[in-house]
Amino acid sequence: MPDSLALQLEGVTKRFGALVANDKIDLELRRGEIHALLGENGAGKSTLMNVLYGLHKPDEGRMLLDGEEVHIDSPSQAIGMGIGMVHQHFMLIPVMTVAENIVLAAEPTTGPFLDEGTAENRVRDLSERFGLAVRPDARVESISVGMQQRVEILKALYRGAEILILDEPTAVLTPQESSELFEIINSLKSEGKSIIFISHKLNEVLEIADRITVLRRGKTIDTVPREGATEDGLARLMVGRDVILRVDKTKAEPGDPVLSVEDLRVDDERGLECVRGLSFEVRAGEIVGIAGVDGNGQTELIDAITGLRRPRAGRIVVAGEDITRESPRDALDAGVGHIPEDRQVRGLVLDFSLAENIALHDYRQEPDSKYGWLFPKRLIARARELLKEFDVRGGGPATRASALSGGNQQKVIVAREVSRDPSVLVAAQPTRGLDVGAIEFVHRRLVEERDEGRAILLVSFELDEILSLSDRILVIYEGQIVAEYGPDVSEDEIGLTMLGGKKEATAA
Amino acid sequence: MSEGAGTDSGYEVVSRWYSGLGGFFTAIAAAVLAFFVGGLVVVATGHDPFAAYKAIFAGTGLNWFFPWVQGDERFSAALDLQQTLIITTPLILTALAVAFAFRCGMFNIGGQGQYFVGLLTALYLGHVFVGMPRPLHVLICCVGAILGGMVWAGIAGFLKAAFGAHEVISTIMLNWIALWVGKYLVELGGWMQGSEPDVPRSYDVADSAKLWPIWGALQPLHAGIFIALFSLLVYHLLLNRTTLGYEVRAVGFNPEAARYGGINVSKNYILAMGIAGAFAGLGGALDILGWKFHQAINDYDVSAVGFVGIAVALLGRNKAVGILFAALLFGALQVGTSPRQLSGTDFPAELATNLSTMIQALIILFVGAELLIVYAWNARRKVGFGGTSPPRVKAQEL
Repeated sequence: MPDSLALQLEGVTKRFGALVANDKIDLELRRGEIHALLGENGAGKSTLMNVLYGLHKPDEGRMLLDGEEVHIDSPSQAIGMGIGMVHQHFMLIPVMTVAENIVLAAEPTTGPFLDEGTAENRVRDLSERFGLAVRPDARVESISVGMQQRVEILKALYRGAEILILDEPTAVLTPQESSELFEIINSLKSEGKSIIFISHKLNEVLEIADRITVLRRGKTIDTVPREGATEDGLARLMVGRDVILRVDKTKAEPGDPVLSVEDLRVDDERGLECVRGLSFEVRAGEIVGIAGVDGNGQTELIDAITGLRRPRAGRIVVAGEDITRESPRDALDAGVGHIPEDRQVRGLVLDFSLAENIALHDYRQEPDSKYGWLFPKRLIARARELLKEFDVRGGGPATRASALSGGNQQKVIVAREVSRDPSVLVAAQPTRGLDVGAIEFVHRRLVEERDEGRAILLVSFELDEILSLSDRILVIYEGQIVAEYGPDVSEDEIGLTMLGGKKEATAA
Repeated sequence: MSEGAGTDSGYEVVSRWYSGLGGFFTAIAAAVLAFFVGGLVVVATGHDPFAAYKAIFAGTGLNWFFPWVQGDERFSAALDLQQTLIITTPLILTALAVAFAFRCGMFNIGGQGQYFVGLLTALYLGHVFVGMPRPLHVLICCVGAILGGMVWAGIAGFLKAAFGAHEVISTIMLNWIALWVGKYLVELGGWMQGSEPDVPRSYDVADSAKLWPIWGALQPLHAGIFIALFSLLVYHLLLNRTTLGYEVRAVGFNPEAARYGGINVSKNYILAMGIAGAFAGLGGALDILGWKFHQAINDYDVSAVGFVGIAVALLGRNKAVGILFAALLFGALQVGTSPRQLSGTDFPAELATNLSTMIQALIILFVGAELLIVYAWNARRKVGFGGTSPPRVKAQEL
């Protein structure tokens, strides 16, 4: 019965106080199906899965497993019914081995002791059957994130999961690991497992899913088969309006060079040279994209430009001012704006209010302060204006930054950086982890800033992003610029140079 | 979801309530619980806990505020209250020393040493100048003590900024140095020993350096209490209303983001530690200029203001108002449970001071437990909503 239903949710409603996180949600999961649950951050995807996994009790609605109504009160019950879940944040014990983690809570024992041999054998059998290569005796802390995810999947399978819920599984993976994961998911499907795949990324959903259910603001909007579905159509369902996925921009009209980097050499923490004699220029009114695989010196390059890391050699000039060995503040004062790679670690003081976060670069200047005396009312007034202008939702100037969603946090950072009127804007991974609505906002804003005449340096591991925004593309490989392309280059060609396949620069 | 809400979501209100009123409530709850457990101990010794607490309360002198307390009782209540406030004064300052460093992400265990350095500096300056007008002399002593405490704590800040030495270790070591050098100074012919070579005690501060008595006759309350209250105001304004405080808080919450924001993190470690030491040093000055007037060798051993200050800051949640009340509570407890106040019929006299120590320890324990509860609360919410991260309820600045 390939088309029989493994799971049915009917009218599931979950409220948290006044907030309806799930509003009469219907979902049908067929046996042997990969079913994607698509929605923006906060659309209710994870809540729904937590209801299914027994972490939340639904306020209304029915759940049917193999056609029979069930009540699931705890994760252990869910596991007993053959439902397994792989959380976004892994629930593994780092100091234990892969095998120990997998058999945890259902260990084979000899007397009072764990039977290591049997445990490892069972894990090996399981991993061979599903094509999930792991080393059973490796410690979890010593294996990669992608491997840890496999361990989580094996853990669910070990406990007899027939339905597997994967909560944004690719969020933590590299593109390579993601495609390996997709192979695994497909092999699970061919073994007859049913999979719920939670995501907010349109391209992966279209790649892997058989059917797609879209949630928006806690409601089921539609369930569509993959055939015939398009990114634009799905985005419209997700956001509730037309979303422009293509970035609309006119041809760049670059002016004078504003940022110039000459023969720059930067070491990483271990003293290894990561940026190795790198030179380029960014002119006013153009977006220069730096494409490359993670770990080829991008972080060190950005840190050097923004003053956070002292280069070993070379020169960095911003608007005629040499800032090579200056402090972060000097870099800021010279006109460098920076949308940092990690907004929660670097971009924001999460325990500060939004007003205080917006003042992070300017608190020492009027009107924020005078003679060292701070004026909180002025901070709040300025924040209120900017939050409105940049459409930040979910809080006011007094709200703590930690209370906002990722997209809104990023808007706060963009607002702060752009409002300082920098001559150079360094945007590192500016849309990582954001949903389509927020990505659209950030992209549009970057192009607007370009048109205002700023020089924009975009560093991203997402080739799509580089291709759709950049006026010029530089490929970084092992700390050097190995190629330069115009905006119309093909993805394949760049992809090859990113891996070091081609070294000679092609003129744009 | 939360994105759709206007300015204030329900969670926002809850989290604000928690950090405002709720934080206050949990501190009170910790204190009440500590007194309850303390009461059980009183029962275990075969005494009536209500009678014991009544006697302790009477011993604190806080009953002076009740208008119906009259006559002799009122007279002795006044004496006790003066004692309570004298003890409260340095506690406020040593607590501020812990709190200020904490807001910069550091744990200052060195309040005791900074207090000694401030005390000895004020003692020296109070002794060597003679015939100076009192306001000027007091001012010189206080400024000297502030600088002394600042330098002493600043060493720990510098070691952290320059070499990454952990401030907990370095401040503890500085405590011992201050203690033993301080002891040496007042005995065996040390520079600050008084005129009698056999007595291990320092010389006295000159009359012109003594703080103004403001209430009582026997051992009167001195004007230092006003300086302590003023310091609370300075603490609050410095932290919340100046760019210096902004930097200190940014570094305390997230040094990485602070650096990205152009803030010199190392400088702030030194500065925040120095200011913390300034508070503790001033506390030492107020004690020596206010009521001690000289320092004897065993004064070093009985003094624990620096350490009690940690508990006060913890209970007061590093807030000016919280520290005021927490210092008053701990000061009152110390005076109320001294064997002088508590008769053997209410509680075994030999255990009296232990009761106060025990209640203090329990309060710290319960405040600490509250952090656990907050942690559990957050863990519970983590499974709550899809992608949106709910506002983290935080143990206030801890």
